[in-house]
Amino acid sequence: MSVNYGSKRIAVGAHYGLRDWLAQRVTAALMALFTVVLLARVILTKGPIGYDQWAGVFSAQWMKALTFTVIIALLYHVWVGMRDIWLDYIKSVGLRLTLHVFTIVWLLACAGWGIQVLWRF
Amino acid sequence: MSESATSTAKKRPEFRNINAFKDLPTYRLPFAGLVSILHRISGAIMFFLMPFIIWMFDTSISSEISFAKFASAFNVGMLGLPGVLWKLIALALIWAYLHHFIAGLRHLWMDTHHDAVSKEFGKSSAVFTLAASIGLTLILGAKLFGLY
Repeated sequence: MSVNYGSKRIAVGAHYGLRDWLAQRVTAALMALFTVVLLARVILTKGPIGYDQWAGVFSAQWMKALTFTVIIALLYHVWVGMRDIWLDYIKSVGLRLTLHVFTIVWLLACAGWGIQVLWRF
Repeated sequence: MSESATSTAKKRPEFRNINAFKDLPTYRLPFAGLVSILHRISGAIMFFLMPFIIWMFDTSISSEISFAKFASAFNVGMLGLPGVLWKLIALALIWAYLHHFIAGLRHLWMDTHHDAVSKEFGKSSAVFTLAASIGLTLILGAKLFGLY
């Protein structure tokens, strides 16, 4: 294997490993499960869905906790996905780093907003 | 490299460093390839529209007053843009989610069932993914635009 330490160490990239690949699948499975739970709760609601019914879906503490976990899962999942896109198409290291930082800021801002909404109402 | 072996064979097109403008329009992607690039595009769409998604979550759930604001964006319009346009954006998100969801399940299935990793299943499941995501998008789109 080629030298990957000292000044020859590859300090950027997808880490060429199992961790992120597996994390992307585990978070996907969790989000898929959440989708099914949310759909079931909406479909099982009797009558037309107005504000009260919709807010009622998220009012239970277990649903807030589950939604919170899904937001965190989404954060990781989207980070891996968007990073892969930038790694594939952006060759300039400077632009790539800029886009990576933008992605992190964008995702953290969105997650913070979502979590705030979740426990505010 | 043996020159003699390759010179007699029929010259096949080679794609190296694919040019987006010159090669992509003529590149015939198989269904599995189409599902793959759409998986990426749908993911990117949801990434860039994420603030809008959270805005919808925020306004729809915070209070009855904000719920009315949420509904009027799609019925009346918002920020000088007509409601129809906001419905189209929502429809794009519906398609993106459905495609990403179904294509993702296809991936998970192939990750856990290695006998499914074949040319035949790759194609048939890709066709299923496209048909199901577009079909469900049409059904939900008709609901969104009040056709039933």
